Amino acid sequence: MKVLVFAEQRAGEFRKAAIEAICAARRLDGDGEVVAVVIGKGIADKAGQLAAYGADKILSIEHDLLDLYSTDGYTTSLQKAVESENPDAVLLAATAMGRDLAPRLGARLDVPVLADVTELSWVDGNLQAVRPVYAGKLMMTVKSNKTPGIATTRPKAFLASEPDQGKTASVTSFDVSLSEDDLKAKVKQIQSEAEGMIELTEADFIVSGGRGMKAAENFTVLEDLAKVLNAAIGASRAAVDSGWRTHSEQVGQTGKVVAPTLYIACGISGAIQHLAGMTSSKVIIAINKDPDAPIFKIADYGIVGDAMEVVPALTEAIKAAK
Amino acid sequence: MNILVCVKHVPDTETAVKIGADGKSIQTQDVNFILNPYDEFALEEALKIKEAKGGEVTLITAGPEEAKKSLRTGLAMGADKAMHILCDESHDSLALAFCLAEGIKDESFDLILCGKQAMDEDNAQVPIMLADKLGLPNISAVIKLEIGDGTATAHREFEGGTEVVETSLPAVISAHKGLNEPRYASLKGIMMAKKKEIKDVSCTCAESGLEILDMAYPPSRAGGRIVGEGTDAVPELVKLLREEAKVI
Repeated sequence: MKVLVFAEQRAGEFRKAAIEAICAARRLDGDGEVVAVVIGKGIADKAGQLAAYGADKILSIEHDLLDLYSTDGYTTSLQKAVESENPDAVLLAATAMGRDLAPRLGARLDVPVLADVTELSWVDGNLQAVRPVYAGKLMMTVKSNKTPGIATTRPKAFLASEPDQGKTASVTSFDVSLSEDDLKAKVKQIQSEAEGMIELTEADFIVSGGRGMKAAENFTVLEDLAKVLNAAIGASRAAVDSGWRTHSEQVGQTGKVVAPTLYIACGISGAIQHLAGMTSSKVIIAINKDPDAPIFKIADYGIVGDAMEVVPALTEAIKAAK
Repeated sequence: MNILVCVKHVPDTETAVKIGADGKSIQTQDVNFILNPYDEFALEEALKIKEAKGGEVTLITAGPEEAKKSLRTGLAMGADKAMHILCDESHDSLALAFCLAEGIKDESFDLILCGKQAMDEDNAQVPIMLADKLGLPNISAVIKLEIGDGTATAHREFEGGTEVVETSLPAVISAHKGLNEPRYASLKGIMMAKKKEIKDVSCTCAESGLEILDMAYPPSRAGGRIVGEGTDAVPELVKLLREEAKVI
């Protein structure tokens, strides 16, 4: 079998989730061929590093108009690569870019897309996946009866292997002709987040606050703990709807679905829509005044108490333990 | 501006969904269905644009008869009219996009707004696939939208920042939380909605290329352990995190 992987990069940096997708393809495909496709500008010399994660062949598509992501430019490029390689499956990371690109590719090729999957397998030559639905309240097993099977892989669901620097692969340049008129929707500007911000869906540690935090300024105690743990800050819907935190930090069914190593829920009671977004965390700590809060039922470790007192003590204790 | 808003009738997010008797679908009895929350952001934006620039807001859904309830909710919020494609398909985004594209083939819109995903099967694909079927550009998951003269400029977040994307119109744009605060339907709106037109549209659904084999509950967590109360419990918690969970 042959699996083609879109290896997402921004500003010459491959996304961790893209590396995970290549590793997922390698494991899925056994002795088969894994082809990585890199799209951008001035990225060919960096593409070789993908061999260390299991790419047997690397296609580099470079163009001035591909410097920044565009749905039209990237779809056309990836579609040409797929038509040339004729793979059995195409994988993309389920990032902002992958979630935009995969459905366009699927529509162009007239094949469905298995979105945001957490497991992949072959069944009689068809791509089969497990994917969380209803924000993770249920897991659906679904098969694509079309070729190629297209799937987007959920960040952190597939482990990235240790790079094997002994492996090499040829980087072949693949030409695609594009003109300004082909790009109907164009990125005019990129506003970068502050340096050091950790993306929730990629974070290993998350410190999250809810209604029990009582005010926007009280989140500083969570930020202090986050700093010590190198964690991202999350928030419940109640905290976001109260205007204490931005919607991009919301964890749950109208926000992000996360799966960190450690999730610390502070002043979060555990509404069903919040639990749906974080129950696949490896270890969950709950700190809440109300001993009957539903969050305690799913937390590995609970402390009954005021987060405003417990969290600073926890921050100091972790600092001391390091 | 003539604006189309695509909506879906989905289980309330506060619902604990249960697997149906066939093992492949969900139980729908005793489940409260609502207008998909992301679609409320799309509709709110459409209503704001209409208020600023004039025009008409049309709703469309593809789904079973009961989905008319969500169309009524949208009409009560302020949409002018609605179209209903009676269709049993709800799993395959590509088939749904095909269905929606067929349903509006005789209409013309300056802007098509959708929620970024339906909060049932979380595919987040229909708006983008619909755009492709209609040969239109798309901007997905936007948190800010400005409509210019035949153009739209939108902000969309990615991991590490925000992209400012400009497109010509017509285009398909999908709404993320943060775009606006959806209004509540007024009593007058609810009364008026009863008189607004819902046009039934027939469509031959495309055959699905997807096959659902199984639905399962995620592994349950063996939680529930209370380490202690207040700051006194912190040393024990840190010890457990180091020695038992081994995460710090």
